[in-house]
Amino acid sequence: MSVFAFYLFALGVITGGLFTVIARQPVHSVLWLILSFISAAGLFVLLGAEFVAMLLVIVYVGAVAVLFLFVVMMLDVDFAELKAEMAKYMPLALLIGLVILMQLVMAFGAWESAHVASELRAQVTPLDRHNTEALGLILYDQYFLIFQLAGLILLVAMIGAILLTLRHRQDIKRQDVLAQMYRDPAKTMELKDVKPGQGL
Amino acid sequence: MIQADLTVILPEIVLAVSAMLALLVGVYTTKDKLAPVLVWLTAALMAVLAVWIATRSSGTAIAFGGMFVDDAFSRFAKVAILLSAAAVLVMSQDYMARRQILHFEYPVLVSLAAVGMMVMVSAGDLIALYMGLELQSLALYVVASLRRDSARSTEAGLKYFVLGALSSGLLLYGASLVYGYAGTTLFSGIVQVAQHGEVSLGLLFGLIFLISGLAFKVSAVPFHMWTPDVYEGSPTPVTAFFATAPKVAAMALFARLLFDAFGNAVADWSQVIAFLSLLSMFLGGVAAIGQRDIKRLMAYSSIAHMGYAMMGLAAGTALGVQAMLVYMAIYVTMNVGTFAFILMMSRDGRPVTDITALNMYAKREPGKALAMLVLLFSLAGVPPMLGFFAKLYVLRAAYEAGLIWLAVAGVVASVIGAFYYLRIVYYMYFGEEGEELDRGGSKVLWGFLMASAAVMILGIVNMFGVEGAAAAAALVLVN
Repeated sequence: MSVFAFYLFALGVITGGLFTVIARQPVHSVLWLILSFISAAGLFVLLGAEFVAMLLVIVYVGAVAVLFLFVVMMLDVDFAELKAEMAKYMPLALLIGLVILMQLVMAFGAWESAHVASELRAQVTPLDRHNTEALGLILYDQYFLIFQLAGLILLVAMIGAILLTLRHRQDIKRQDVLAQMYRDPAKTMELKDVKPGQGL
Repeated sequence: MIQADLTVILPEIVLAVSAMLALLVGVYTTKDKLAPVLVWLTAALMAVLAVWIATRSSGTAIAFGGMFVDDAFSRFAKVAILLSAAAVLVMSQDYMARRQILHFEYPVLVSLAAVGMMVMVSAGDLIALYMGLELQSLALYVVASLRRDSARSTEAGLKYFVLGALSSGLLLYGASLVYGYAGTTLFSGIVQVAQHGEVSLGLLFGLIFLISGLAFKVSAVPFHMWTPDVYEGSPTPVTAFFATAPKVAAMALFARLLFDAFGNAVADWSQVIAFLSLLSMFLGGVAAIGQRDIKRLMAYSSIAHMGYAMMGLAAGTALGVQAMLVYMAIYVTMNVGTFAFILMMSRDGRPVTDITALNMYAKREPGKALAMLVLLFSLAGVPPMLGFFAKLYVLRAAYEAGLIWLAVAGVVASVIGAFYYLRIVYYMYFGEEGEELDRGGSKVLWGFLMASAAVMILGIVNMFGVEGAAAAAALVLVN
């Protein structure tokens, strides 16, 4: 059963990836990408890493792919033209791809992990702990330094995004809350007693 | 345990926290008006940290279960990184302020990039390596497109970003193959696992992918395509930064990965590195001949210099690593001086990068022209200057390791490369009269230019003790 599920999900990942590249409509590409993500999540479940699988669905499918959809719809890019450009280099790309594929087949055909590797490798689900708990223990303890560095990287990303896109325009009116609060009615309003039948 | 670990990475913590403080202060107070002060403060902090790191300890400390290594090698690289970053920061202040691109985020991003580089050179784990590399690269992508209203600068940042992401992908794929083989991401673990038997095909595949990813970061041929465009498009002070600290960090990381994790497979990677080195030296030398833009020229020059530094690595010996470190230290010093000169090149206040603008420069500014002449001779490797000894070092290391063909090729490439350096000298001293460049220029830049030129001549006495430090650093890495 699990073998059948593995081949199903693996096929899903590969088909999704393939059609992401060759789909004519960019929106379809994103949808194929989502299929690929969900299949990858399925593979993680088969490995026993449920938490990572859920993260993949929630973060990648729920947030990243939706963001992609928005970007694809908002961008004014002529994808047909890009595709035509790509077609020009297709023979060369196919050749290189084929060579790399053959090399990888050779590499994986003779694949052999070091005999101590299986002992060294971290267990997905340690016997006495839940998957999530085990992940947390590694992340906040063993990988504490890495975790903090990831935080710094995100900080740099945020600074960069603001630095490169935020513009302070001088020629527009802004709301000044303090100035509004301290406005004095006596200075800004003039009361007129308008007699009936007469204009100002 | 955690306290001991934190003590080891204290310099990195200090720099990161100060960058965040600077960011807070900048956001909540006067924003960009504060930038010049922040630039000087950051540079001063980096210089102090460099002195502190150099004198702090002399042993080897391992933190976070082997992910972070503080030894003589990493300290040597960190001092070079911090000093060159500080020098470039100080040099950029005047230039950027005059062109209204001195934002207060600039020193913050440079310090965070420096933190990334410090983690890179201390990495003892594939994940730590990747994190340091990304922290550095991401900050560099942003500063490359700092002049966001210029299409050139934006293009530089985007190109760097897209190709950088591709190379990170290669690196990660390689790391996953290595993990698949060894079952651990720790360098010390990989080297032990590889010891047990013959180096397998899977591990070699991973190694090649890792080397490709890193070769991109040091802009070694055939992964160099981004370099000229990025160097040309970025604001000149940022180009100066690209050409100095990140190169030291990437070369040091290269050495650390190859010796710490794959020290048992020297014969396997040595030929790959030798090949990259050969291509870089020749392409850097030949392609620069057609360049008119001095920033593009410096890009090809840096490609060629990386080729020489990699020759030291290819030797695979302690002498080779020592030669590489000495080469990088001298290379950084030369580049700081050369870029100080390039930053001063302007006409009516606008930056000029065309080398023909230097016609008869020596007649108007004999002092600066002489300093530049010394630096260019040194870059070309003309004998009495320090740059010659740097080349001699790597050539000797390659020769003693039996890579005689590579050493011979290095000499040939250096003769080819000398042409374009000497052509600038020709323009400065014997060119035709043309439109004049602005005289004078900032005192700080003048100081860096003169100091760097003086080092190129005075350094031949004892290299200011760099040799000894590099030897100690190399011995820690190669045993």
